[in-house]
Amino acid sequence: MDFKSCVHIRQEWDIVGARQLGRDKAKELGFGTVDQARIATAISELARNIYLYAGTGKICFETIEDLEHKGLEIIAKDEGPGIRDISQVMEDGYSTSGGLGAGLPGVKRLMDHFDIISTHGEGTEIRTSKWVR
Amino acid sequence: MHRRIKKIAVENSDVIIKKWLEEISEKRKNEYTSAISEELFQSTSREFVNVIFTSLDKNGLTPELEHFSERLINLGWPLTYITDGLHSFRRVTIDFILSQSEQIDSEYFSTILNTVDGWVDPIINRLVNEYSGSWEHTVSLQRVALQELSAPLIPVMKNITIMPLVGTIDTERAKLIMENLLEGVIKHNAEVVLIDITGVPVVDTMVAHHIIQAAEAVRLIGSTCILVGIRPEIAQTIVNLGIDLGKFPTKSSLRKGFETALELTDRKIVRSKEKDQVVDQLLNSLDKE
Repeated sequence: MDFKSCVHIRQEWDIVGARQLGRDKAKELGFGTVDQARIATAISELARNIYLYAGTGKICFETIEDLEHKGLEIIAKDEGPGIRDISQVMEDGYSTSGGLGAGLPGVKRLMDHFDIISTHGEGTEIRTSKWVR
Repeated sequence: MHRRIKKIAVENSDVIIKKWLEEISEKRKNEYTSAISEELFQSTSREFVNVIFTSLDKNGLTPELEHFSERLINLGWPLTYITDGLHSFRRVTIDFILSQSEQIDSEYFSTILNTVDGWVDPIINRLVNEYSGSWEHTVSLQRVALQELSAPLIPVMKNITIMPLVGTIDTERAKLIMENLLEGVIKHNAEVVLIDITGVPVVDTMVAHHIIQAAEAVRLIGSTCILVGIRPEIAQTIVNLGIDLGKFPTKSSLRKGFETALELTDRKIVRSKEKDQVVDQLLNSLDKE
């Protein structure tokens, strides 16, 4: 849509920056506090995945609109190693880093739409959005 | 050759200074320093150019330069003022020297460039170093301050300690939390530890994972960990993420957590008035007999 802004993820503290920006955008669009927390958490998960597995990447925000609704789309993009088996990472409890393994399936539950495209060796792009209710 | 060029520059310093001031004032109109008053800008610029000429005169970096940069840093002048100023100084000086020379060939031209660069570059490097040094100093001080704030442990009562967490938890901080928690539990001989996350803005899987690990470690050394300060929106996101926090007790507020902690250590809060009443009743009943 009309505005688009990105945060580059290079170090751990950039996760906080991405989260802050996302929360501001969510507030601007009129999301309630619970949804703001959901969006901030989702951004946190996506940004941390970039930091942990790809090293660098970016998180972008876009406002989306249909006839009645407004929403926020989060795009997490990296040129990291990619995901070999997407169905596996979407399972609860699967983790390669000793974490809880709730990140990506969790994001899917926190948001309304969730799309993931990943090519092994080329990178990953995740698009996820939430509508203002 | 070098000496002659320098002589031209020093002898005509008035002209160069005037031109430089003109250029820098011109630049200022659409620039960063527009918030600074005209007077201060002029006097600082004059001092700046004088400092440049003294260091030129003395063939090197002078204490004046150091004082000047220190003052600018303290006042918070932008670094671009200094770099822009020195770049214009370079341009103005080269222009002027060229205009004073009768015959110009490429060799002479490159000598001028080299000589002027030799004056300006060390000053730029020095000032940029001073600036970045001061930033690094500030950042390292703040890091220390943050670290001091990051994971405090407060023994509130015998056997009960509280760790209030405020702000974002990153990997480094999570490590500190774990260390302080375990050390503190042993040191204060705590039976119950309350971790308060009221001030943690976002609880994602990483933060939850670290809290679960910390609680598990506390359990291993024989104490109980209670997670308190879970705001409603955080509770919802934790459920959405599918994180299982069922292994240790959780409470919405520090007060409720503290009550549970008292229960766990076989104590409770009693109103002192009521106690007096009980004593009074006892005394009254004794009187009757």
